[in-house]
Amino acid sequence: MSAHLTRRSVLAGTGALVVSFPSVGRLLAQAPQGGASNLPGSLEKYPFLDSWVRIDADGGVTVFTGKAELGQGIKTALLQVAAEELDVPFAAVKLVTADTARTANEGFTAGSHSMQDSGVAIMHAAAQARAILIAEAARRLGVAADQIKTEAGVARAPDGRTLRYGELVSDQFLHVEAQPQSPLKDPKSFTIVGRPQQRIDIPAKVSGGEAYVQDLRLPGMVHARMVRPPSYGATLVSVDTAETEKMPGVVKVVRDGNFLAVVARREYQAIKAMRKLSAAAHWQEQARLPNQADVAQTILGLPARDVPNLDRRQPNVAAAKKLEATYTRPYQMHASIGPSCAVARRDGDQITVWTHTQGVFPDRDAIAGMLRVPKENVRCIHVEGSGCYGHNGADDAAGDAAVIAQAMPGTPVRVQWMREQEHAWEPYGPAMVSKVSAALDQAGTIVDWNYELWSNTHSMRPGGPGALLAAQSLAQPFPPPEPKPLPLPEGGGDRNAIPIYRLPSARVLYHFIPDMPLRISALRALGAYLNIFSIESFMDELAAAAGADPVEFRLRHLDDARAREVVSTAAERFGWSSFRRGAGRGRGFAFARYKNLAAYCALAAEVEVAPETGRARLVRAVAAVDSGQAVNPNGIANQTEGAILQSASWTLYESVTFDDTRITSVDWSTYPILRFDAVPDSIEVHVIDRPGQPFLGSGEAGQGPAAAAVANAVADATGHRFRDLPLTRRRIKQALGV
Amino acid sequence: MLRRIVPILIVIVVVAGGAAAALAWRPAIDPVRRPAAASFDPALVKRGGELAAIGNCTTCHTAPGGRAFAGGLGVITPFGAIYSTNITPDEQTGIGAWSEDAFRRALRQGVDRAGRHLYPAFPYEHFTLVSDFDIKALYAFLMTREAVAATTPANKLPFPLTLRPLLAGWKLLFLRTGPYRIDGNQNTEWNSGAYLANGLAHCGACHTPRNALGAEGKDRAFAGGDAEGWTAYALDANSPAPMPWNAAALAFYLHNGWQRDHGVARGPMSEVTENLSTVPASDVQAIATYMASVAGSPPDRRRSKKTGNADDRMPGAAIYAAACATCHDAGRPPPYGGIDLALSTGPSGPNARNVSDVILWGLPAQDEQRRPIMPGFAGTLNDRQLADLLAYVRARFSDKPAWTDVDKDIREARAGGSRIYPAPSPPSAPALEEARQ
Amino acid sequence: MKLNVNGRDHDVDAEPDTPLLYVLRDHLELNGAKFGCGLGQCGACTVMVDDEAVFSCLAPILLLDGRRVTTVEGLGSADNPNPLQKAFIDEQAAQCGYCIAGMIMRAQALLKRNPSPSREEIRAALQPNLCRCGTHMRILRAVERAAGRRTAEVTGGAR
Repeated sequence: MSAHLTRRSVLAGTGALVVSFPSVGRLLAQAPQGGASNLPGSLEKYPFLDSWVRIDADGGVTVFTGKAELGQGIKTALLQVAAEELDVPFAAVKLVTADTARTANEGFTAGSHSMQDSGVAIMHAAAQARAILIAEAARRLGVAADQIKTEAGVARAPDGRTLRYGELVSDQFLHVEAQPQSPLKDPKSFTIVGRPQQRIDIPAKVSGGEAYVQDLRLPGMVHARMVRPPSYGATLVSVDTAETEKMPGVVKVVRDGNFLAVVARREYQAIKAMRKLSAAAHWQEQARLPNQADVAQTILGLPARDVPNLDRRQPNVAAAKKLEATYTRPYQMHASIGPSCAVARRDGDQITVWTHTQGVFPDRDAIAGMLRVPKENVRCIHVEGSGCYGHNGADDAAGDAAVIAQAMPGTPVRVQWMREQEHAWEPYGPAMVSKVSAALDQAGTIVDWNYELWSNTHSMRPGGPGALLAAQSLAQPFPPPEPKPLPLPEGGGDRNAIPIYRLPSARVLYHFIPDMPLRISALRALGAYLNIFSIESFMDELAAAAGADPVEFRLRHLDDARAREVVSTAAERFGWSSFRRGAGRGRGFAFARYKNLAAYCALAAEVEVAPETGRARLVRAVAAVDSGQAVNPNGIANQTEGAILQSASWTLYESVTFDDTRITSVDWSTYPILRFDAVPDSIEVHVIDRPGQPFLGSGEAGQGPAAAAVANAVADATGHRFRDLPLTRRRIKQALGV
Repeated sequence: MLRRIVPILIVIVVVAGGAAAALAWRPAIDPVRRPAAASFDPALVKRGGELAAIGNCTTCHTAPGGRAFAGGLGVITPFGAIYSTNITPDEQTGIGAWSEDAFRRALRQGVDRAGRHLYPAFPYEHFTLVSDFDIKALYAFLMTREAVAATTPANKLPFPLTLRPLLAGWKLLFLRTGPYRIDGNQNTEWNSGAYLANGLAHCGACHTPRNALGAEGKDRAFAGGDAEGWTAYALDANSPAPMPWNAAALAFYLHNGWQRDHGVARGPMSEVTENLSTVPASDVQAIATYMASVAGSPPDRRRSKKTGNADDRMPGAAIYAAACATCHDAGRPPPYGGIDLALSTGPSGPNARNVSDVILWGLPAQDEQRRPIMPGFAGTLNDRQLADLLAYVRARFSDKPAWTDVDKDIREARAGGSRIYPAPSPPSAPALEEARQ
Repeated sequence: MKLNVNGRDHDVDAEPDTPLLYVLRDHLELNGAKFGCGLGQCGACTVMVDDEAVFSCLAPILLLDGRRVTTVEGLGSADNPNPLQKAFIDEQAAQCGYCIAGMIMRAQALLKRNPSPSREEIRAALQPNLCRCGTHMRILRAVERAAGRRTAEVTGGAR
């Protein structure tokens, strides 16, 4: 193994293995190392082991990840992986998460990629680090390397002599490039991975420990509140700030073009000042929003360009039956329970931003661009926020804080968005339309399939400064970035548009729509939510036309063994074949492999529909999930339960509302979500562990199947098929009649 | 002397008793097999559903958390609790064995299939007005509901009120059997509205004061009453509403549950408007037209927003400013956000009961539908603070003299607990067998 | 103004109309009660005042003279959680966890007045509190566990 010296400076201490990233302010362009193209996960871009693992002279282990804890339990899972492969106690490992000054640039914590990118890198880096430790122990103890055993941070020779890891390390010890192969542990010997290790962050969260960016308190910190316009694109015509500036505790009013904010010493003073300032501001509105009752038609009428996904349509298929259907989805919200927040402080020409963005590096780049300063002058440190489920207001709050902090050197500035601001200004999940048509042969097998979908992009990041609300509103604004479709195989609007089923003749076409009537970006599962909803609803419709049981019909078209197993498991555990339909009850099934390359998820649902009101409630759900090697099975189950409930809420209740000009769903009364009275009686998640198999991203895998399973169950309960989301009680009641 | 009087008295009592009993006696109507749902004309069933919504049947005949129309709701009266019956077409415990004649008799005369008199908690003095056709439609609707086996709980009444034949006497005094008679001096829409309002919608059952025997005062129609601890405001010329009602405003309010110049429906009225939102607009318009005529032409005074004489030094002023103003003075258009209290009838009402109820228990988040949410302040305000706040609200948002007996209103509001309007949707039977234990 | 929080008296230099939430977070530097909406719609700010669950975002401190305020910090710590907090840890009843402190306070108030609530009663009591991540099942199980009852449902984990 050769150690490459780099021009990057190396941090601290004798006897410590250090991360290979320089500290803030001293570095040159952070080009990740290229060249080693067959390294797994994020090792490819950051091949030095000490980018990921550091061992101190006292044996303490620090692991670095470019990913962020979003509440999905990634911190715990990564610690499990590191502790397992390094052979140290779980409690001995500390984790440093996304920080532009300290960790790798792993892009966004999104797309269920964390285990596949970071988990894999850490796993291999830790395994290779252990090999280096063993080699050093062997050298010092004068035995062959294969005689050394490691356990709990100690290397042991056959004769019982030991050396602690801390004694083995020296300067630059792990500053070596990773090899393509790693001596990974045999999964059969795992003692940490595969266990339901309790999450490290929960004890603080149940007892008021500091856990969120909202809890940050820096000395001298002041509180800021934004005054946002009443609608998209409004211009601040005039604002008389005199009264606001005189209010108790007010330190400053910041105005730059349409950017308007007030800063005060105490939080409630800032809120009162915001209300006064808001009342004093006069806006010229110009937004023209589509007709909310007719969003699907609006979408279909916008100019689009074709992004072909699949085109292997056969000309002459022996079709006995043909079916077609159109499915729609409205704009839907992240609606994070904690409105976005950020703290920023300017020191000289350096700005530090503490933010719950999913991507500290892209957010840092956008902020630096917006402030027109070099990237090296901006540092973004991830601190947890409430669940974001994608691109919510976090990046924008960071931008807001940076603008205000820029104007107040030396003072930490905390920006907290109000509930109404989060609801009105977060980028939504885009409205979508899909049209499916298919043909069955005499035997009831699908012989032809055509799927088209219409949607905006599902990500406006990275977008440079123009993606930030603050940057769009400055006197010298930045234009919003050009929307682009995310490339396949992962896709954006077309995520999961290609069915995983065996289809001899198929065409899938994405009509990509650049015009965005409402502000949109990535919402958990992206296009997969509507695409899987459509495909899996349609599979039920086809099954009915073929006179087949919905589960059996799917198995008929599935070749992938792991897919077949999740389907069979979910059906069996639900009691699918022995189900007896009670009054007003129905059952539904759905399956998908997220992105056709991440986790497999099958779901059987029982729903109850009250005929007098049309109210549908998910009563029981049984899911089977295959995530490959399951690092923390309880974490996977937790995420899947959450996806099922969140998706049930989207599917039954949620749509953004707006009038001609303004968003009108601005709080929980106008955008109601699932509450305890509608929670099911039970949700079971069966995690199929595949020791030794690659990690498969699972955080979003339940979203699409839950929607379709619920819709299929409602159809089973009522005899009516609903294709327009959400399945509100008004829609159901209307179809049911009296 | 006594030896001659006593036998005569006994004879009189026996004869009178016998006559009364004979008067009270009603024959049973033979049970029928439950009619097949398919035997009813769908259009009739649909109209029956609309009429049932106008009649608010489900509100009384569904227990909180119970199945629709299966009864079991305890109606608290000054005399005790009377439980609503199961009117699903279950043959054993519901009305599945009732013929249409039996159903009609119940509505018109307040007598059940077995011949027993019904308590006027079932407002048959209103339902008696319902036309034959509408009764037919209602019957078709109820007979096509889901049959639910549910036995009605026994009423909690003191003796001798448990003697149903006594109700014959009550009916003799207070029941004028129907159906509705058209008022030739009024147009069709007014008559339609009067028919619905006084008939199925039984507005007077809440909005008319009752006498000691629990009957509505005949000459005091719509002069104000109460329902389940909520004050039902006067709808006649005594209406306390700051802004006068007209037909258009009423129609909008009844159909939507809120109105720009009057606020949001709360308490039992929110269930009424919830039901009326499903009913054809023409029916609601008719009711509104009639009720507008009951209200009479608006008085000359046009209330301006701040004619109240509140003093900012009142202790309630600081409470209002700190706890209420952030929502209620935010100027957010109704029905969401805090309503402009100057437009709400509550502060001008005859007592503090409704306002106390709303302040203490709020408007709870319900059922994932878009509706206003208000937090309750029962845990935040103690009784003295609530009294101060009520005094301020009364002074600032109405031009009426201070409420009296506020302490009693507060006590009753606190004891009433958080009766949630509308009633929460029924939970389903447990999904797992084990969970049933 | 004097405020009694978690058993201690505090002298708070805040205007009397300041909602309790901001006094707790900004003045007393307690993290448990959270800002979720400020409108009394989501319950993330739930604390106990005397023995009742209350939205601290709409409880101005001028109303709280002589009252006892309890936050999660007053129930127990990470190292020494009270039975309800421990139940949440044992059930791993959190995803992002932002709603959890509010849920715990609402549940604590319920258990104080009804030590053995049914599942229906727990649901009804928690109705004012929102969870966006979908942790509801675990939250219910945690409250039931604290009330001394195990439910029939399976918890998460590999099968």
